[in-house]
Amino acid sequence: MFVETGHYALTLALGLSLVQFLMPLWGATVRDGALAAIATPAALAAFACVALAFSALTYAYATSDFSLVNVVENSHSLKPFVYKLTGVWGNHEGSMLLWVLILTLFGAMVALSRRAVPSRLRHLTLAIQGAVAFAFLAFIEFTSNPFLRLDPAPFEGQDLNPILQDPGLAVHPPLLYIGYVGFSISFAFALAALIEGRIDAVWARAVRPWTLTAWLFLTLGIAMGSYWAYYELGWGGWWFWDPVENASLMPWLAGTALLHSTIVMEKRDALKVWTILLAILTFSLSLLGTFLVRSGVLTSVHSFATDPTRGAFILAILVVFIGGGFALFAWRAPLLRQGGLFAPVSREGALVVNNLLLVTACATVFIGTLYPLALEALTGAKISVGEPFFNATFLPIVMPLLALIPIGQTIAWKRGDLLGTLQRLWVAYGAGIAGALVVLALVRGGPVLALVGIGLGVYLVVGSAVDIFHRAGGARVALPVMLRRALGLPRSAWGTAIAHAGVGITVLGIAAQAWSTETLAVVNRGDLVSAGGYTLRLDAVFPRTAHNYREDVARFTVLRDGRIVGTVEGAKRLYVTRGMPTTEAGIMTLGPSQLYVSVGEPQPSGGLGVRIYWKPYVLFVWLGAVVMAAGGLLSLTDRRLRVAAPAAARARMVPAE
Amino acid sequence: MTRKQRRLTLIAAALAVLGVALGLVLFAMRDSIVFFYSPTDIEAKAVAPGTRLRLGGLVAAGSVVKGEGQNVTFAVTDTNRSITVRYTGLLPDLFREGQGVVAEGVLEGPGLFRADSVLAKHDENYMPREVADSLKEQGLWQHSGKADAPAGSPTTASE
Repeated sequence: MFVETGHYALTLALGLSLVQFLMPLWGATVRDGALAAIATPAALAAFACVALAFSALTYAYATSDFSLVNVVENSHSLKPFVYKLTGVWGNHEGSMLLWVLILTLFGAMVALSRRAVPSRLRHLTLAIQGAVAFAFLAFIEFTSNPFLRLDPAPFEGQDLNPILQDPGLAVHPPLLYIGYVGFSISFAFALAALIEGRIDAVWARAVRPWTLTAWLFLTLGIAMGSYWAYYELGWGGWWFWDPVENASLMPWLAGTALLHSTIVMEKRDALKVWTILLAILTFSLSLLGTFLVRSGVLTSVHSFATDPTRGAFILAILVVFIGGGFALFAWRAPLLRQGGLFAPVSREGALVVNNLLLVTACATVFIGTLYPLALEALTGAKISVGEPFFNATFLPIVMPLLALIPIGQTIAWKRGDLLGTLQRLWVAYGAGIAGALVVLALVRGGPVLALVGIGLGVYLVVGSAVDIFHRAGGARVALPVMLRRALGLPRSAWGTAIAHAGVGITVLGIAAQAWSTETLAVVNRGDLVSAGGYTLRLDAVFPRTAHNYREDVARFTVLRDGRIVGTVEGAKRLYVTRGMPTTEAGIMTLGPSQLYVSVGEPQPSGGLGVRIYWKPYVLFVWLGAVVMAAGGLLSLTDRRLRVAAPAAARARMVPAE
Repeated sequence: MTRKQRRLTLIAAALAVLGVALGLVLFAMRDSIVFFYSPTDIEAKAVAPGTRLRLGGLVAAGSVVKGEGQNVTFAVTDTNRSITVRYTGLLPDLFREGQGVVAEGVLEGPGLFRADSVLAKHDENYMPREVADSLKEQGLWQHSGKADAPAGSPTTASE
């Protein structure tokens, strides 16, 4: 019965989002504020309804209600309870419901941020938000209804894909969707500004917290997905330039550019039209990501089971919103009052370069991802564009960008002193060069690019510290005074420094992977294999069973200089219900580095095939992303934004902690 | 600087960056793109030995020979032609005879391929799309729906 209530609530939400879409537009046309204000209760009610629908589906999963097709296809009564819950979004229909839940949650939050956003802007923003919600609710209702019943109900479900029975599923999709969907708010604000024909620093201040929130969750979502792929797939890789990964990277790059251009708009009242364009572009790329994953045009680890009607429906949504967004832009943007121009050598000039490089990098990823699809559609030739392509295009654009980060961060607004700024960073250059040399001396050689990466990473981290040091008065004041002043700096200054240091940490982690090793071996009990200064001894191979799988486990003892460091277990697992084998990597974390053991099949000659990786400083790759997000969070709590958006900031703090 | 000069600086910088990016993309397109072929394609298109490519098809039944160390030899077939693939390393979990596979590597000579990676996907119903397409072209595709589809037919919750 609760399930029917959920379905009913979902349908009600569809109607409410239509009200939320149309009323403010009508109100704006006839200049009736009361009419437009209906958007607020509509947005709140739509959220309540979707939340009810989501609870109903969660309840069906929790109680293993096998009269629902969706539950039968993706659950099993023996599955651990936590995976029954996360299984709600481990499939297409449920994950779309989560998508819309987050969308309407954001809508409700905008509706409540009365003090932060002027009412006209807020109502129009809610209208656009309502249109997006309406489109996706209709998509769920007509092509992907999670509430379909099955009669007669089977006794048992078909279980969730074993790859998805993992804590990663609990965290990765919600984080990623908050990121994707969060950019819909920036999009809605942009279109609202276009409809209103007015855009100023107030707009920038209103939209920035939302962009920042979306960005920080997307950062965490991508990093989490990468780490999950790393430990779950058993290949030891953490980024494959897989089209679906690229689909999440593109909005991240565009969103990062948006974040920076909004600062210019807020501080200097410039780059207005460009910021609007970026906001539209970022959400368009988010929609493109959704389309690529769910339409079946790609095969990937991430794609969902699909049918063609869904692809066509999402394509229609894509065309309406992207086309509509750009059409509105083309029509209304010339009406916006242009902002001022500014000197090339200045903070705003540096941020323009940042935007230019980020958008260009995004464009290369876009070409690398969509060119194979276009080529196949046009000529039938099938090609694969992988790592070599992106190394040759993406890296040469991103590396200058990284080199410019500390300079842009320290240079003054309006009219910068380039020479002075460059001189101020001498400690950072020195540290970067020293870092690269130390690594060179320690490991005796290695790819030049990786050494450059090490240097860049150190330079970024030290450059951020130098920035804080100079802002706090530098060497001109006594150390205690400097420290006290540093603590008193605005949180946004600290947020910037921390986020940029996070970029440096990620760069260090990526560069260090040039020295990772991979050892293939066939081992018998008692055999030794060495990797990264450690020795692994195969101690036992034994079977083990759990409630929904059985596995063959290989246990290794890890030794260093003859002393036992610990044990690590890799396994070949067979999930009974689906008869599906998986490789469970054995991972031992040693400081920031990891030993990674992947077990293969027993060999005909006896012995076990294994693949052992040494991954030096690999945790830095994801740690850096977490630091970036922490910087974003700190910036979000800045007084400047808090004064502007007290209620919204408090509301956002809660889920982020 | 005048407004005009500033604007020109900006435009020139943007064009320079885009030009460099375009150059990089075109350069990378020539050198780092890998084509997908079926065994029949390789013969029909007379692909030269030494070419890097992705080879897709079915693992021929009875062709998998596991040698010393982790050397494996198997034949990839589209039932029309077949090519022997040599590979060293761990095979994917779902690698089985009669199943779809994509191998990436270098064509060493007529009918001989040296793979450095072998892919099979993480789903028992899965076949790499390229393989499915090329089998369909040759009329060998048998659509196998979900073997364990639930009994009964779906009805909507509102009924």
